[in-house]
Formats: sequence, C-alpha cells, structure tokens
Amino acid sequence: MKLLRAILVRLATMSVTLIGAAVVVFFVIRVVPGNPIAMMLPPGASEDDIARLTAHYGLDKTLFEQFGIWLSGVFRGDFGTSISLRQPVMPLVLGRLPATLELAIFALVIAVVIGGVLALTGVRHRETRTETAIDVANGIGLSIPDFLWALILIVLFGVLMPVFHISGRISPSLDLPFVTQFYVFESFARLRFDLWWDLLKHMFMPALALAIPLAAIISQLLKQSLKETMHLDYVTLSRTKGYSENHVILSEALPNAMLPTLTLIGVQFTFLIGGTVIIERLFSYEGLGNMAIDAVINRDLPLIQGIVIVFALLFTIINLVVDMTYALLNPRLRHA
Amino acid sequence: MSAFLTVGNLSAVLRGNRQRVLRSVSFSIDTGEVLGLVGESGAGKSMIGKAILGILPSAIEIIEGEIVLDGQDLQTMLPADRRRLIGATAALIPQDPLTALNPSRRIEPQITNRLVDILGWSKADARVRALELLNEVHIDNPERVMASYPHELSGGMRQRVLIASAFAANPKLVVADEPTTALDVTVQKQILRLIRDLQQRHATAMVFVTHDLGVVSKVCQRLSVLYGGKFVENASVPDFFAGPTHAYSRALLAATPKYTDPDASLVPVDEAVIEAVAAEVAAADEEWRHAR
Repeated sequence: MKLLRAILVRLATMSVTLIGAAVVVFFVIRVVPGNPIAMMLPPGASEDDIARLTAHYGLDKTLFEQFGIWLSGVFRGDFGTSISLRQPVMPLVLGRLPATLELAIFALVIAVVIGGVLALTGVRHRETRTETAIDVANGIGLSIPDFLWALILIVLFGVLMPVFHISGRISPSLDLPFVTQFYVFESFARLRFDLWWDLLKHMFMPALALAIPLAAIISQLLKQSLKETMHLDYVTLSRTKGYSENHVILSEALPNAMLPTLTLIGVQFTFLIGGTVIIERLFSYEGLGNMAIDAVINRDLPLIQGIVIVFALLFTIINLVVDMTYALLNPRLRHA
Repeated sequence: MSAFLTVGNLSAVLRGNRQRVLRSVSFSIDTGEVLGLVGESGAGKSMIGKAILGILPSAIEIIEGEIVLDGQDLQTMLPADRRRLIGATAALIPQDPLTALNPSRRIEPQITNRLVDILGWSKADARVRALELLNEVHIDNPERVMASYPHELSGGMRQRVLIASAFAANPKLVVADEPTTALDVTVQKQILRLIRDLQQRHATAMVFVTHDLGVVSKVCQRLSVLYGGKFVENASVPDFFAGPTHAYSRALLAATPKYTDPDASLVPVDEAVIEAVAAEVAAADEEWRHAR
C-alpha cells in the first residue's frame, strides 16, 4: 500500500513537471523573435501566400488558442506536424531518440569506468604523487567543457592520428539490416560485430567528449567520500580481521561511499544529455540534439516542442531511476 | 608459559615531528590475563592497542621497539603475513558500537566474514558458530539479528554483536578499546560482565583500554598508568587499589568517583602533580635521546 502510494505521488509530480515544461517551452519559443513561415517561403512571397500558410499552420490564432489546440493534441498522442520536415512530430522524434540514448549511455559508461578507476586508484595511493596526479587530471577534465574536448579529440584522433570516425553515426557504405533505431544494441544482438564496431568507432569520440567532464566529477567526489569512509570505525575494524587494503576499499568502503556519488551521477547525467545537443552537431551525429538545432534554426515550433517534451520526460525518468537505485542500495531507506 | 604478547621498548612519533607520542613502552601479557591501560585522554593508551593490531593512523610511525605476538615480531614481518597473523590470533572490541558496524551490510557477514575469508571456514560452519556466539552474548532471537542491518539494532545490541564478532575466531588476544564508554550507564555494567565472562571462558589474553579505574578494578588483574605516552606505574590491581606508589596514580585514583561512597567530594588532579609527572616524562626523553 505504502509503495503504491509512493508510486502514485511520484507519477503525479512527474506529470506536473512535464506540464510545466510544456507551458514554458510553448510560450518561450513564441516570444523569441523569428517566424517559421518566413523561413519556408522564398524571398518576395506575396502577402497572400504568407497569410494562407500562416492560417494553414494555425499561427493566426491567439497564443492561448494555439496552446489549447496543441495540448489537446498531445493528450491524444498527436504532437502536431513539423513545419520544416512536413511530417508528424512524434515519429520523427522517436526515430532520433535511440541514437541519442545510445550515445548518452555509452558516455555514461565511459565516465563511470574512468571516474571509478581514478577514484579507487587515488584512494589506494592516497597522499602520494599518484593522488596528486589524479587531482591534476580531474582539474583539467573539469575545467574544459565537453564541446572543447570534442574539438581536441577531433584534432588528436580524427586528424593527427585518424583512428576514429569524426562524422555521422555509421559508415554510409554499409548495408543496414536494422529494424529498430537502437543500432548498437541491435547489431550486438544480431552478432553483427562488424557493424557494431563501426558504430562504436563513430560513437567513441563524441561519447568521450561528453564523458570526460563527468568522469572528472565522479572521480573527485567518489575519491573524497572514499577517503572519508576509510577513516570510519567499521573500516578500521575490518583491517584488524586480516583483510588487505584492496579488499577493505572495495567491499567495506565503496558500497557506502558511492551513495552520494550516485545521486550526483543522476543530476550530471541530465546535464550530459543536454550536452549531446552541441556534441551531436559537432560530429554530425544523427541524434535528437542535432535535430533540435535544425528545428531551432528553422523556427520549427511543433518540432521544438516535441523534442523538449521528450527531453523533459527523459529527465524525470532518470531522476526516478536514480531515486529507486538509491533506495535499493541504502538499507536505511528501504523500509522508509 | 611464555607471554602471548610482548611489547618491548616501543616508541612512536608523529610523522615529521621528533616528539615521541609513545615513549619506550614495555609490557607483556600471558594467556588468560587482563591488563588495564589507564590514563587521561591523549595519554596514548588507545594508540598502544592500535599499534598491536596494526591499525595506527598513517600519521604515526613506530621508530623503535618490538611487538611480539604469538612468538613472531610484527615489525619485521611482511605486511600481508602480519595482517593474517593479527586477523587469525587477535581481535578488537571497538569503542563506539554505533560506528563500528558497516551500515550497508547485514549482521551475519559482519560476524562471519573473518572466519570465511581469512580462516577458510565454510559458510555453513561460520553461520553455526555465529548463532552460538550470539547466544553466548545473550541475544534473543539470533536468527533475526543476523538478518538485520545495524540501524535496526540498539547500541547495546550492536556492542554485543561486536563482542560476538571479536570472539568468533577464538582469538588468543583481544584488545578492548574503551568498550563501554559510548554506552548507556545501565548497559555498561552488563556489557562489562559479558566481556569478562567471555574472556574467562576462553582464557583470552586481553588489553583493556579505559580511563575508568572503577572498570579496571572489576575486569583486570594488572594495570599500567600512562602519562604522555609513558608508563608511570605498573602494578597488580589489588596492590594498586591498596595504595598506588606514583603520585600521579594516587591523584588519578582520588579523582575517581567511588560507588561505595557516592557523596564523597571528587578531588581534581593537582597541578603540581601534573607538572611533576610532565617533568619526569621530559627527563626520560632527555635520557632516551642521549642513549641514541
């Protein structure tokens, strides 16, 4: 009963968040100067044509009428028609979402692995030069933003040492047998490792660019909380039982020290997804973020709205997953 | 028989500082014997226990002396061997039961992990042993306690669990580091009796660190009084309570509340006595430096 109640409360807050996001995005993009109709018609179009097209897309109605029409459509699952692509918004968005999700998850995995290894190494060799070196690396990782990392990586591994692909999601010459848009997962499931490897070679640099700042944050925070945990009595007690330093760090300190890091990863992961917008653009990666930039350039209002709603939904789901994982890993919260 | 633990001429310093925090400490303990280490806070009594168990903070460095556990000199052993020897023969009863159990693990593995991981017992055997021990420390419903998390138990219960865990591997030496200080007064007495019973039943050698002379009189056979990391008096418990020889010990005893006479006013330790004992420590330091 308690659990059911918690879930219902959670769903209610999620809906409020989404509706808030819908309201904000709808009105904000209409306040920003720029006219989608002007972008569609050639220069010198007649007043008549402009008026006809404006009426066709319902842009002659008042803002509140437009909002009502759009929102009632949303509740029926109809997010409108993209003005620039002249197709229904939702299939477009859902077609691009898997590419972005795969990129973001790959980046998250890289960040957790790099950050975790650095934190554990730093704690194992705390108060030595190794820890200082890790601190310096964290500082550099944090102080350079992801899009700059992208440019640095392009120069290093795309130009000077061309080992990774710098553009697109997959080599255009390959035949694609895919039925879903989750190419990485599907190629793996179909045991098509040639395609899988090609996808990873395309994904590696954008994912790494997104991952480096997050890895630095994870490394810094996890190392700090591990160091604090290492002084606690239960860690000392387990040393007296004959355990090695590695065992003490991994099985006594880590399960407790990673809890605050986990919450942070949740928050930072949403920032990382925000970062995909620019990164996808830099690498011409055909994901949702790249589509978002096109939509903004074309003043494609329905498409922008659809993308923002999907991003907002994604963020609320991530928060939910983080909270659930936290409760699962922390026995003190399990009965609460 | 020879002593199970011998500490000889042990000196330690704070890293990067020539000032000693342990000053040529020597003592030995036989099987079944309890030695009380008494002193005010900062006197170095806990540090001796930590040195024996190999858990000194990294800021403290042993510069001289030996710790011989079960015939083997810990200072000359490889770290991995030392860890295993300590884990197999010695155990700690920590001061604060609220922080000494891992909050994210159930009680059972916290009692049995040493048996399984270090001593190679089977999980089933270790579980039987853990249940037996929880009975020994008078915990009702041990199955349920084993499946609990630390936050579900009271402070007294947790200290019982920690005592059970300490005696799990039949250690020959137990270091009790102020095991009752963090507990309610009502629970203190029970826990104290429990520790003494287990110690006697298993004939364990024990180092009992405390600032409470009343506790020493109940649990220990011998005691050493520390000041500034130096032993100022070593005596058997009956002799000591009959009349300590050192002025500082006398002052310490006079400053202890007496259960037999709760209305008697307490005597704070005289400043002249402190100065005298501090001077004695300084003189010993001078002599030590000269000898090196």
